[in-house]
Amino acid sequence: MNTAMSKQRLVVIGNGMAPGRALEKLLEAAPDAFDITIFNAEPRVNYDRIMLSPVLSGEKKYEEIVIHGDGWYIKHGVMLYKGHKVTKIDREARTVTSEHGVVVPYDKLIIATGSSPVIIPVPGHKLAGVLSYRDLDDVHAMMLAAAKPGSRAVVIGGGLLGLEAAVGLKMQGMDVTVLHLMPHLMERQLDSAAGYLLQRAIEERGIRVHCKANTHEITGTSRVEGVRLDDGTFYPADIVVMAVGIRPSAGIAKDAGLTTNRGIVVTPDMRTSDPDIYALGECAEASGQVFGLVAPLYEMAGVVAQNLLGGQAEFHPSATATKLKVTGCDLYSAGDFAEGEGREEIVLRDPMRGVYKRLVLKDNRILGAVLYGEVADGPWFFDMLKRSVDISEMRETLIFGQGYQGGASADPMAAVAALPDEAEICGCNGVCKGKIVSTITDLGLKNLDEVRAHTKASASCGSCTGLVEQVIKLTLGDAYNPAAVQPMCTCTDLGHDDVRRLIRAKELKSIPQLMQELGWKTSCGCAKCRPALNYYMVCDWPGEYEDDGQSRFINERVHANIQKDGTYSVVPRMWGGLTSAKELRAIADVADKFNIPTVKVTGGQRIDLLGVKKEDLLGVWADLNKAGMISGAAYSKGLRTVKTCVGTDWCRFGTQDSTGLGVKLEKFLWGSWSPAKLKLAVSGCPRNCAEATCKDIGVICVDSGYDIHFAGAAGLDIHGTQLLGHADTEDETIEIVGALTQLYREQGRYLERIYKWAKRVGTESIRASVIDDREKRRALYERFVYSQKFAQIDPWAERVAGKDAHEFAPMADLGFQHAAE
Amino acid sequence: MNASVKDWVDIGAAEAIPLRGARVVKAPGGDIAVFKAADGSVFALRDRCPHKGGPLSQGIVHGHGVTCPLHNWVISLETGEAQGADKGCTPKIPVRLENGRVLLLATALMEAGA
Ligand code: SRM
Ligand SMILES: Cc1cc2nc3c(=O)[nH]c(=O)nc-3n(C[C@H](O)[C@H](O)[C@H](O)COP(=O)(O)OP(=O)(O)OC[C@H]3O[C@@H](n4cnc5c(N)ncnc54)[C@H](O)[C@@H]3O)c2cc1C
Ligand code: SF4
Ligand code: FES
Repeated sequence: MNTAMSKQRLVVIGNGMAPGRALEKLLEAAPDAFDITIFNAEPRVNYDRIMLSPVLSGEKKYEEIVIHGDGWYIKHGVMLYKGHKVTKIDREARTVTSEHGVVVPYDKLIIATGSSPVIIPVPGHKLAGVLSYRDLDDVHAMMLAAAKPGSRAVVIGGGLLGLEAAVGLKMQGMDVTVLHLMPHLMERQLDSAAGYLLQRAIEERGIRVHCKANTHEITGTSRVEGVRLDDGTFYPADIVVMAVGIRPSAGIAKDAGLTTNRGIVVTPDMRTSDPDIYALGECAEASGQVFGLVAPLYEMAGVVAQNLLGGQAEFHPSATATKLKVTGCDLYSAGDFAEGEGREEIVLRDPMRGVYKRLVLKDNRILGAVLYGEVADGPWFFDMLKRSVDISEMRETLIFGQGYQGGASADPMAAVAALPDEAEICGCNGVCKGKIVSTITDLGLKNLDEVRAHTKASASCGSCTGLVEQVIKLTLGDAYNPAAVQPMCTCTDLGHDDVRRLIRAKELKSIPQLMQELGWKTSCGCAKCRPALNYYMVCDWPGEYEDDGQSRFINERVHANIQKDGTYSVVPRMWGGLTSAKELRAIADVADKFNIPTVKVTGGQRIDLLGVKKEDLLGVWADLNKAGMISGAAYSKGLRTVKTCVGTDWCRFGTQDSTGLGVKLEKFLWGSWSPAKLKLAVSGCPRNCAEATCKDIGVICVDSGYDIHFAGAAGLDIHGTQLLGHADTEDETIEIVGALTQLYREQGRYLERIYKWAKRVGTESIRASVIDDREKRRALYERFVYSQKFAQIDPWAERVAGKDAHEFAPMADLGFQHAAE
Repeated sequence: MNASVKDWVDIGAAEAIPLRGARVVKAPGGDIAVFKAADGSVFALRDRCPHKGGPLSQGIVHGHGVTCPLHNWVISLETGEAQGADKGCTPKIPVRLENGRVLLLATALMEAGA
């Protein structure tokens, strides 16, 4: 009680990136100084808003961008009210009140309400489907709209945010149009020629860009139906995203009588006109400026944290730099581009390479820099800009970048080496080169992940990752290789791809030979590398390599799934999900005979017998074999199931014999081993009752034949498939599926599902091999057919006949059992 | 209990255990896993992982260790201790190789499982 009384009460309004950082600093310096309460209008914890675009495009999940999970608040004893908007600050009573009526007193208050997106008040701006782009709810609304096939989006605003939204929506499969008021994109930073380069790069992604577009109205009765421009052009749309700017959220501060202008006015110590109230983040106006990038906000956060603890820190705005976060579209911009007295420009244009660089100078000092197409020199220019370096000596060659100065080579490493210790590497987190170097040496860090964890460099938007890696390389020398492949495991420094290449190049045909030749560091590998190596050998040397059971995980070694109590489950194949009275009778008999406690229908359209004792496996299999059933390989990194729907046999909508094709595919593919499990489905029409669009390979029958989809998953990750191509006949479908499976078998890393492999090597390269190039497809198909000669042997029958008998019987039975059994 | 007169019990030929593999011995105190490492040395542990009781006999044997099949803890065959960051220990059963036969210490077989 006493301690609680003596503790100061700190209340924070808004739980964005800026206060998140301030609290980190505060808790680091003085974990017990305050009783902290946070109110957040958004119903969630603190997350990395910058990374919303990768979430929108599907490259990241929300969980991956959370900065402080629920556990963080618990650990630090911070009370977080999620989904509580603060509606009132009572400065007399020194309390804040949330919309749900919670009243909390404060000794110190931080207002960190961020900004709100500007919505242009054109007719129709209140229709359902008009969205902004600011928080996770906006992203979810966009993704929901994108999930509807053939849906269309119009993005109003061609700035950084608008372009990121457009690219994300496009990646989600929408038809996207960007409307931009000015004659060219990013007119403040780019001249018209460079704006054109950018526009072309965006259009190459299949996005329509309309400049000089003055929105007249958004049409629709209850929902958005389209956007009409002043010139009469009409774009139909299911959603309209407005990304035209932001406005600091200063409303509650104003209502409380604090001084506001564009934002909440603060003195350099970040205090508002009430000395017990700080304003922090995008809502704050410091030295007449408001901010829309995290780097200055993080600086503010440090100042607030220090001053809460009695410090006298001050915030003085400096220039900011930013990058467009669209993969393959490099744009870097820093500083100020406004026209002004005495300002000069240096521009470099290289249309062949699609490169554009522009520097704005005054009195021989850089005020602004924008780089397009080649951005490596960005931080170098930005560093000189911030330090106000006199560039008159190198003016002639300045625009060519650091590589051309002072005899230094064009080697990017040399450029990084030449950077002074104060040079900022990570703009978002304000981490300079010296800090990274000293952290690496002090803590003995070895790789990027560790450097991220300890310095936060490249942990926000990630665009400085390359630079950070170069600093690591400089510091560690040969001990670090930026292109370093992740080794397979601690037994080797080689990555999966190298090992696979060397297996073929050196014709390595056994695991001991491989470990000898490739210098394995352990006597016989480990539980990570041995199963991988065994698979690679099985795949690469069909008919020659002798499978090593001891290098297989127990399930694959004994062809049943181990359960938590050490018993096993048995899943027989039911081709394409079809079964018969005879099979069902045999399953029922086996369940009775061996006292099998649970019989369950699986998610893979077949039946699972659970709780079989290891000693009974052979008996169970023998009986199932007698009824014509074989192992369903429910345990394998290999073909699992081919689910089907009823198709033309019965269904009034069926367009092809989906059941028959599923059975054919399963009979063709069974027994094959693959890098990870392989699941298929065949649906008889686009209603898709067999859920083919979340399988590794899915076939959707249509009137004209068969659409072949792939790279779906519905387990740890949920991914809809991509369309790979179309086949006119069943035979062609089977050939394509066989070729695709073989390509995956040859290129996939062990435990890499098809969707991860496809993401790594690119859908285009896969399509080129199994759809476009007929000869390649045929060769892949034939290699697969050949390897199936050795793979299609029922493992159950083999074991019933005596193979690996030692697996199924105890070595000795000393006669009496433990009572607890 | 039905204690054996001999100190050591012969459970079979070492050949019966696959290299880099294991066999189970049913014993009064519960199952015992008898392992043979790549170098031919033989070890015996209670067939219960210190984590959640997984049958270690079913794991992958590498070096002088075994990876539990249920959640991948690595257990030392020499000491029964969990390796790395995991904490826990499985009782070790004294074992001897004599003329190609594997012998386990009788008294250890009687003790109730961990
Ligand atoms: C039996 C079954 C659940 C059921 O009762 O329906 C099942 C049971 C298991 N699944 Fe599954 N999965 C079953 C259908 C599925 C499905 C649905 C499907 O195939 O349509 C999925 C989602 C689809 C997918 O794979 O994308 C599914 C996604 C997973 C995952 C996540 C895989 C991923 O890459 O994200 C795992 C974990 C893993 O493989 O590492 C998993 C792992 C497991 C394991 C093997 C866990 C384990 O390692 O012991 C379970 C084995 C139980 C056993 O001994 O029988 N199971 N599992 C289903 C067997 C289907 C079959 O007939 O073979
Ligand atoms: C899609 C996108 C991409 C971006 N990319 C970049 C980038 O690449 N680089 C970069 O530097 N910056 C980028 N930004 C900008 C950056 O995210 C912001 O500058 C930063 O998040 C602002 O932090 P903040 O804490 O001031 O406010 P916010 O993060 O906006 O947080 C304010 C929070 O306060 C809550 N709130 C508001 N009013 C109340 C109230 N009355 N009561 C309770 N809670 C309230 C809001 O719900 C919100 O959660 C991007 C922004 C977006 C939207
Ligand atoms: S979802 Fe799959 S892995 Fe998880 S408990 Fe169920 S069967 Fe096991
Ligand atoms: S029971 Fe062995 S690791 Fe969990």
